[in-house]
Amino acid sequence: MNLKTRYLGLELDHPVVPSASPLSSDLDGIRRLEDAGAPAIVLFSLFEEQINLESRILDHYLAYGTESYAEALSYFPQAEQYHVGPDGYLNLIRQAKESTKLPVIANLNGVSKGGWTQYAKLMEEAGADALELNIYYLATNPDVEGSEVERMYTEVVSEVVASVRIPVAVKVGPYFSSMSNMARKFAHAGAKGLVMFNRFYQPDFDLEELEVKPNLVLSSPHEIRLPLHWTAILYGRVPLDFAITSGVHSHWEVLKALMAGANVAMTASELLARGLGRIREIVGDMATWMAEHEYESVQQMIGSMSQINVAEPAAYERANYQKVLQSFRPDSTGLLV
Amino acid sequence: MTMKNPITIDGNEAAATVAYKTNEVIAIYPITPSSTMAELADAWSVAGKKNLWGAVPLVQEMQSEGGAAGAVHGSLQAGSLTTTFTASQGLLLMIPNMFKIAGELTSTVFHVSARAIAAQGLSIFGDHSDIMATRSTGFGILLSNSVQEAHNFALIAQAATLKARVPFIHAFDGFRTSHEVQKIEQLTDEQIRAMIPDELVRAHRDRALNPERPVMRGTAQNPDVYFQGRETVNPYYAATPGIVQEAMDRFAELTGRRYSLFQYVGDPQAERVIVMMGSGAETAEEAIEALNAAGEKVGLLKVRLYRPFDGRAMVAALPSTVRRVAVLDRTKEPGANGEPLYQDVAAALLEAFLEGSSKLQSLPKIVGGRYGLGSKEFTPAMVKGVFDELAKEQPKNHFTVGIIDDVANTSIDFDPSWVTEPDDVVKAVFWGLGSDGTVGANKNSIKIIGEETDNYAQGYFVYDSKKSGSVTVSHLRFGPRPIKSTYLLQKADFVAVHQFGLVQRYPVLDIAREGGVFLLNSPIPASEVWDELPADIQEQILRKKLRFYTVDAYEVARKTGMGSRINTIMQVAFFALSGVLPREEAIEKIRDAIRKTYGKRGEAVVQQNFAAVDMALDHIHEVPVPDRITGKPRRKEVVPADAPEFVKTVTAEMIAGRGDLLPVSKMPADGTFPTGTTKWEKRNIALEAPVWDENLCIQCGKCSLVCPHGVIRTKIYPESELAGAPEGFRSAPAKWREYSHRRFTLQLSVEDCTGCGLCVEVCPAKDKSNVSRKALNMEPIREIHDREVAFWNFFEKLTEYPSNGNAPKFNTIKNVQLLTPLFEFSGACAGCGETPYVKLVSQLFGDRAVIANATGCSSIYGGNLPTTPWTKNKDGRGPAWSNSLFEDNAEFGYGMRLALDHQNAYAKTLVEKLRARIGDDLADRLLAEKPTVEEARTNVAELKALLADPRSNEERDLLHVADALIPRSVWIIGGDGWAYDIGYGGLDHVLASGRNVNILVLDTEVYSNTGGQASKSTSRGAVAKFAAGGKPGSKKDLGRMVMQYGNVYVAQVAMGASDAQTLRAFLEAEAYDGPSLIIAYSHCIAHGIDMRKGLNQQKLAVECGHWPLYRYNPALAAEGKNPLQLDSKPPSIPYKDYAYNETRYRMLAQSNPEVAAALLAQAERDARARYAALQQMAETKESSQ
Repeated sequence: MNLKTRYLGLELDHPVVPSASPLSSDLDGIRRLEDAGAPAIVLFSLFEEQINLESRILDHYLAYGTESYAEALSYFPQAEQYHVGPDGYLNLIRQAKESTKLPVIANLNGVSKGGWTQYAKLMEEAGADALELNIYYLATNPDVEGSEVERMYTEVVSEVVASVRIPVAVKVGPYFSSMSNMARKFAHAGAKGLVMFNRFYQPDFDLEELEVKPNLVLSSPHEIRLPLHWTAILYGRVPLDFAITSGVHSHWEVLKALMAGANVAMTASELLARGLGRIREIVGDMATWMAEHEYESVQQMIGSMSQINVAEPAAYERANYQKVLQSFRPDSTGLLV
Repeated sequence: MTMKNPITIDGNEAAATVAYKTNEVIAIYPITPSSTMAELADAWSVAGKKNLWGAVPLVQEMQSEGGAAGAVHGSLQAGSLTTTFTASQGLLLMIPNMFKIAGELTSTVFHVSARAIAAQGLSIFGDHSDIMATRSTGFGILLSNSVQEAHNFALIAQAATLKARVPFIHAFDGFRTSHEVQKIEQLTDEQIRAMIPDELVRAHRDRALNPERPVMRGTAQNPDVYFQGRETVNPYYAATPGIVQEAMDRFAELTGRRYSLFQYVGDPQAERVIVMMGSGAETAEEAIEALNAAGEKVGLLKVRLYRPFDGRAMVAALPSTVRRVAVLDRTKEPGANGEPLYQDVAAALLEAFLEGSSKLQSLPKIVGGRYGLGSKEFTPAMVKGVFDELAKEQPKNHFTVGIIDDVANTSIDFDPSWVTEPDDVVKAVFWGLGSDGTVGANKNSIKIIGEETDNYAQGYFVYDSKKSGSVTVSHLRFGPRPIKSTYLLQKADFVAVHQFGLVQRYPVLDIAREGGVFLLNSPIPASEVWDELPADIQEQILRKKLRFYTVDAYEVARKTGMGSRINTIMQVAFFALSGVLPREEAIEKIRDAIRKTYGKRGEAVVQQNFAAVDMALDHIHEVPVPDRITGKPRRKEVVPADAPEFVKTVTAEMIAGRGDLLPVSKMPADGTFPTGTTKWEKRNIALEAPVWDENLCIQCGKCSLVCPHGVIRTKIYPESELAGAPEGFRSAPAKWREYSHRRFTLQLSVEDCTGCGLCVEVCPAKDKSNVSRKALNMEPIREIHDREVAFWNFFEKLTEYPSNGNAPKFNTIKNVQLLTPLFEFSGACAGCGETPYVKLVSQLFGDRAVIANATGCSSIYGGNLPTTPWTKNKDGRGPAWSNSLFEDNAEFGYGMRLALDHQNAYAKTLVEKLRARIGDDLADRLLAEKPTVEEARTNVAELKALLADPRSNEERDLLHVADALIPRSVWIIGGDGWAYDIGYGGLDHVLASGRNVNILVLDTEVYSNTGGQASKSTSRGAVAKFAAGGKPGSKKDLGRMVMQYGNVYVAQVAMGASDAQTLRAFLEAEAYDGPSLIIAYSHCIAHGIDMRKGLNQQKLAVECGHWPLYRYNPALAAEGKNPLQLDSKPPSIPYKDYAYNETRYRMLAQSNPEVAAALLAQAERDARARYAALQQMAETKESSQ
């Protein structure tokens, strides 16, 4: 059974890749992922805002209250050097490359132009094998038009791709007027892969304190539907590798992802909830299923149920939506299943 | 001439660089103004900087200066080159060891930034009182007069001590030299090495105690030999002046800078000469040059080596023509026949004359005078005043100069308008706020000009006496020759005012010279700003023909994300307008400086500053000056007309910046001041203040409780009192069941508010239709000021709360808010975490409290002039407060308790004796075991009335001690530096005594007042000065240590985590008839936090287990119960969720992530272990008694 897959030009032992998460936030975590059988390391996100904010916060508080009162002209000693900015992250890339045999996919998260290219280049220099560019932009300003947002996305991708030689995958949310068109634009801008999808920050409310509270909700298996759908539509139509990164919890979702056209299926929620042992279990279950169903390789399976390959392409389009609605019966979860 | 190897630094750094290079062990302890030397040494050591011998010196903080001196002594005995840095009281604590070190002929140099000693009041500023107090120790004393000399003499002293074996104090004036920034020529390692011969270093090491060749020192000597032993050192002292001169000569060979033990400057045929030492000599030299240029024949003898005093060398250095000598001392020795230098000079001259060894034609007339105590300004005009006095037939002896002494009439006259500042020196003064970065920008500018041009540069900075809203004034000079003006600018070519509001508060242009430049940071456009200026400012602009410019720095700061930091913008404006450097070159240098200063803090900050530089130039506008005055006259009254006489005649003058002109007669002779003066100084420093929404308020009292500045007050009063209320005055039905028929008002004194926002953060009441709105909401001060002031004035007249037996019980926060704080409007940092606890003490017990306050933040915001926050209630009662020292506070408060207990017992004895006269009923009541305060007051009043016409001495005595029959609440208050470190021995002793004192430790886990040095309370992993690499050890668990006594009430509290537990602890501690200790978590500016979120940090500290809440009440043990009550739950959040909100922890994670992670993990384990141990104690069935 050949479980190998290729993603962003990297040959991976199997397609179950731990996605960017706190699991890869330090070297110990990275080593644990390797020991658990991960085929590649997707590092946690380096946030553009975080870099800037850390720098400004440090500056603010080192200056706060200084030169005001004669006995206390400052409150902190001067350190020789601070690791604000990407230093710590770059160091982690270096350490990961030195300490593991796995390909390392660095992850850059931000919105603006400018600083990105510099960080991407530094990541490449630190040894990253590929780059996941996580563009996270909430269009909250009513004056900003959709076309402007789209242009910003493609410009960012172009800039980053032009600044590095390593392959770049783009991770975005699904909320474009034309996802297919955007995917093509990303490909034209030089991206090699599309990671679907970003889960936007959706804050919760604390009803006792009447406060907005950020919290992370782990994904559920049903969330694979959206990326599955779009992968199947885009496969073969735009020259990109695909990664599905929402709702992957078992071998069922991995198999579906591959059949839709994904080169890899990424998961963090399952590993965070049930432990790193799930990597080998999922891979094992997948292999068993493939054997039972007489598949020889993952490669054979990729895109086998994409829109261009299924008997009824309309299933991915509006007609299918109507069918689903007509067949809907409320179940206990209240979800469409 | 281009200086070789220039560097722009202050005197502390100048001395510390040499001390670090030439020593191996450095024992340190913080004390102003020397702390910087220790901080630098510690930081260099952490960074691995090496000394002359390629080793990194060991730098160790001790628990006190006494401890530091002990460690120095030990290290010297063990053979290492060892030093320390100190000042003032710190140096005094070293005296016992100094006798030993000198008696054992041990080579060392103590670097001292000389400072006044606390007497009638504390002074952090400079004079020679401290070094003069060490005259008899046997230490040599070498004085530097300038920053360059502080650098040079640090080395000369080190070289001399190694050869002479006489230890040295190397001293320079606190603040005037220690904090003055000057361009100096830096010594190279080669020069330093050339001054320190290896064989002398080896000889020092060879004298070490060594078990391979054992000797002993420190024997006890009996009457037969002690005296002779004491005389053995004479040859060493006799040789020392020669050795110092030799070192000075060698130094001159190496550097070209020549010095002598007594250095004469001035006319070689001078008849009148001043003898003095320290920074004032620089000013005197400048004045003498001007006087001689004008045809006078005067001179100055600078004393460099004060001990050993070489009288012959002194006399030899004087011109033979001298007829009159004035010896100026920067110290006071009450009761002596003149100050020390005067006596030494007089004795030397007399000896020389009697011996006939002098070339002097006759014995000059010698007078002594005092100047410059506590950094009092010393100007060329005063120098001229001294010479004018000397020219009189009978010059005044034992005079003072620089003050008006209308009591003993010691002062001499001088003409302040006599100015000597050279015209080729550019002089610039900058008014700013501490928070806007003005001083930092100016230090940067001096560095640029000093190091990038041939100009000499000098900067001196005057700070506020308050820690919030503090005003700074920077005095900068740049010129082609070394700058000797060791006094504040008297005329400025350039005046910059970095805050518009300062123009309205201060006469900022008094100092501007004719034709100078005035730069104002103004949010008002240049075309409109004129009419907004006060009339006197306009008048000065017109009369002096000033060129007037504005820059809207806050607009630039806003656009570039700089917030309130306008430093870079104003720096650009200064260079653009002053012409000190070509504009383009200046901009380039500023950019280089930004990269150097902020580079390691991250690129984002660098880019932000670059953007501000680029934008600033476009925002500078010249103001078209009209030809007439349109502004309003400035208000003349500093305090209201109804202020007490002392406040009007003394306090107001200090507030107005005219304190220098107050005559001696206006000052209390014994340091006794009236309380309650902050209320007369309406500082108006907040830009926004909270406004009460009576409809949302639930009247819980939390805002009032946490307000660090005591500006939020609440009252419940009869509705009828609302008659005559100003329009819009807010009130609501009182939410007390028993007072439901009354009205409730929560009112702020916006003029005293700092705008810290703690109250808004703690307010639990939210608008259900708009959750961002609370019962308190910040609003711009300009929109609410007049209305709220009117409301406050009306509110003050309302009844406080129902009395006459119907008063609420003050055992809940809701009720305590009704108690008037007797600690109000202090100058503490905005959002201070300490003051809410102090205020609570004042509310609960203030009317009967006697307070001993350790030196530190709480003594500064509690007792720093001009105005002080401890105040009186409507009956005229309130806390009686005193600060003794840093180290002795527990003992000081304990002494108060002893006195009060004795007076109480004596009064009772007299009552018993006078029973027949007093009557059994009153006598029994007076002798009752535990009367309430009110009962006792009634009884004592009755007694006083009865004895109004005393018939015997016993009755008279009883009248004078009768107040001691009223229960007194003794509070001993201080910070963790005192309680955990320097005062711990005393604290422990007092707690062990069993007497009824209440000790409140305001625990900020760092020496806050001196700028954030580590104490034993500092927690593991926190970065602090003296723990620059993160504190490796755990926080001392003071509470658990003290619990071991069993009979001490101990509580650990954090108001932000549980205000109810805090209140219970304070009530229980005071009620406990024995010693009590409350350790109160106090968030602090030194934690590097958003002070508005300080209370939330307290809560997180408790939730992560760092700060468990508990009360240990021995009274429960007496009832057979477990005395320990654990008041907080087990750790429930990760330690990092607390720690990494604070810069003190985060900066280690950013500078050394691996160490930070390890220390954080250990701190988390500490927290859990600490909680588990407390839990085990609290759950033990049997009491520990």
